[in-house]
Amino acid sequence: MATTTSDIQDEIDAHGHGAHDDHHHGPAKGLMRWVKTTNHKDIGTLYLWFAFTMLLVGGAMAMVIRAELFQPGLQFVEPQFFNQMTTLHGLIMVFGAIMPAFVGLANWQIPLMIGAKDMALPRMNNWSFWILPFAGSMLLSTLFMEGGGPAFGWTFYAPLSTTFAPASTDFFIFAVHMLGFSSIMGAINVIATIMNMRAPDMKLMDMPLFVWTWLITAFLLIAAMPVLAGAVTMMLTDRNFGTSFFDAAGGGDPVMFQHIFWFFGHPEVYIMILPAFGIVSQIIPTFARKPLFGYSSMVYATASIALLSFVVWAHHMFLTGMPIAGQMYFMYATIMISVPTGVKVFNWVTTMWRGSLTFETPMKWAVAFVILFTIGGFSGLMLGVAPVDIQYHDTYFVVAHFHYVLVSGALFSIIAAVFYWLPKWCGRMYNEKLATIHFWWAIISVNILFFPQHFLGLAGMPRRIPDYSTQFADFNMISSIGGFAFGASFLLLTYIIVTAIRSGEKIEEDRVWESAKGLEWTVATPAPYHTFDEPPKKAQILSESSHIGEH
Amino acid sequence: MQASKEEYFIPDGSYWPIVGSIGMASMLGGFASSLHDNSLGTGIMVLGFGLIIFMVFGWMGQVVHESEQGIYNKQVDRSFRMGMGWFIFSEVMFFAAFFGALWYARNLSVPWLGGSSNNAFTNTVLWPEFKSVWPLLQMPDAANFTVPKAIIHAWEIPAINTLCLLLSGATLTWAHWALLNNNRKQIIVGLIATIALGVIFLSLQVAEYAEAYQHLDLKLSSGIYGSTFFMLTGFHGLHVTLGTIMLIVILMRVLRGHFNPDNHFGFEGVAWYWHFVDVVWLGLFIFVYWL
Repeated sequence: MATTTSDIQDEIDAHGHGAHDDHHHGPAKGLMRWVKTTNHKDIGTLYLWFAFTMLLVGGAMAMVIRAELFQPGLQFVEPQFFNQMTTLHGLIMVFGAIMPAFVGLANWQIPLMIGAKDMALPRMNNWSFWILPFAGSMLLSTLFMEGGGPAFGWTFYAPLSTTFAPASTDFFIFAVHMLGFSSIMGAINVIATIMNMRAPDMKLMDMPLFVWTWLITAFLLIAAMPVLAGAVTMMLTDRNFGTSFFDAAGGGDPVMFQHIFWFFGHPEVYIMILPAFGIVSQIIPTFARKPLFGYSSMVYATASIALLSFVVWAHHMFLTGMPIAGQMYFMYATIMISVPTGVKVFNWVTTMWRGSLTFETPMKWAVAFVILFTIGGFSGLMLGVAPVDIQYHDTYFVVAHFHYVLVSGALFSIIAAVFYWLPKWCGRMYNEKLATIHFWWAIISVNILFFPQHFLGLAGMPRRIPDYSTQFADFNMISSIGGFAFGASFLLLTYIIVTAIRSGEKIEEDRVWESAKGLEWTVATPAPYHTFDEPPKKAQILSESSHIGEH
Repeated sequence: MQASKEEYFIPDGSYWPIVGSIGMASMLGGFASSLHDNSLGTGIMVLGFGLIIFMVFGWMGQVVHESEQGIYNKQVDRSFRMGMGWFIFSEVMFFAAFFGALWYARNLSVPWLGGSSNNAFTNTVLWPEFKSVWPLLQMPDAANFTVPKAIIHAWEIPAINTLCLLLSGATLTWAHWALLNNNRKQIIVGLIATIALGVIFLSLQVAEYAEAYQHLDLKLSSGIYGSTFFMLTGFHGLHVTLGTIMLIVILMRVLRGHFNPDNHFGFEGVAWYWHFVDVVWLGLFIFVYWL
């Protein structure tokens, strides 16, 4: 296989692109390569490093939070600063780490997986990335301003974020505007790439699931992010220009903020999980050595989840005094989402059923994803039931729930994706032994960290507080110990990734994993700077389809 | 398969994005500083805005240049079309947030404050004097707000503005037909008419705002009515301004001999944008002014 592909590659190289030679040299040298680049692989790399940096920054904030909560009473930080930490931890992780990491993976993988030579709008692609460092800096700079950073939680409910917020909130607002602008441009690029740059012989239902899930995610981004921009714009004018959108004294309503926020916010949580579904759907068939079970049902399930995500937002607001009819509707609509989600989980399990399973690192993370994400899904189901949500609302149960879906869900899928595709990106293998140690370290510690928080929440410990009653002391201490261990595991992860890139064992195989399917495994290893100058042929597309069983 | 015969154009590296990012961060950061009486803020904001203008002209200029050289193929053209289409969809959702706020206030929060459905106690406990009416000229707690004397009525300036925009949609389509038939003179006439109607619209809008602020005391700070009124019409006005500038650029390009019946995405993209702005106005006319 390796020879055929490199033959094709040679042929392409020799294929008389002399007239356009300037487009086919390797990367430019120096720092300006990264500033000016229009190459999807470069931009993907930039996104991934940015996301990783933000992950460490947001993680450091989480360490402050867990240190303060190690014991009851105030230990290390002032309550106001504690609130700034919870707020910025959430914002940085959502907008700085998880979302950019998925966009980075999309940049690297989508063109490779659909046989395109690059993203559809390469200069705009560069801009989507280069807004992020500025927006991220603006967001973090609020911590150093007079009055401190935003301290109202990542959901920035009015009037905490309007009447009672520090001056730095206006910088936060503009940072959100910029992040949203970047996401929208990135999403437009993803849609245009998939719809217009796909190899002419690849039908929509031939596309790998990572591509499908990203197509649907991009739609969610374009529909949801502008609504967030509208919400923060109204915050801005309420704060500075005398409007009263979220002020009942002028006829507005603080609860309206929650409606608008969660109209964005609920699709947003699927923006952070659909690409994860895609990643897991790529990895499991490879290491189960079986085609993905129920490919088309996966596609339809993803689309159903996306559409439903727009009509369930008020399940975040059961305690705002909503009419009973509203509570009933939002409860049933929410619980309906567990049907397509269940389809996905069953399909992953069925793909593994009687497969020739091996558990290389990406597969370990993918299996951990399936189990732990499902736990998060179940607690989400509990939260979706309006009458019991009265007890769970705003407690640590909610914190446990969304960390199971976002950390052991979204983040773990990103780690799985990096281990899965890194050998293709840089032609070097990570250290399997260290990666296995890291895996068990992280999996055990993440459960010590978050599982006790379910109990804390059920017992009534509210979220977003620096101090708590003594009956919560034991579980908080256990949770903090898990938190420190989990935090430390990222030092090992950094070591594993960096040594893999710099000095990992070289691989020659194009198809890094023996049973991996997909066009990305047909290009040379490491992936050349430019790939697919000629689109792949139909036979190749079909033989690389991970759901060949359905054809 | 036709498109794959010629190559898809992948541009070389570009400085414009980083210039745009620096401009955007300076403009917004400067604006936020100026809101907190930082004397440098306004200067930085203006500088950032200048950088953005510089970036837009430089970047778009480069795109126009590449397009005129004929290095874009049909596939590149489709990417631009998809990009513009989805961008307009994102704008629709941006306006949806403000329309949502308007409908929520009108149909829910204001009636609730007035005691409707099961909110009798809300009214009694908070502001017992408050009566729910729309347009809302009396705020629940008027102390912090500007109480307007009257509102802008639909069948005066706004009706004329509706005519202007509807007519401008027609003249723009007329210009587009001319472009398809390569009738250069008619394109120019059509575009000038469209731009003129846009400018008339904007002037009337300015006059309306002046009337509202100076004579009616209808301001941004006039409770939820003023908030939604100015937010919706203001953002729409901003979009008309942008659209008019874009039309002027297109007119300049036509005068320089750009575009032909087969290749004129620049023209069409702006036309789509203009029609979008037009449709939003109809929503505004119905829900903000009329009903």
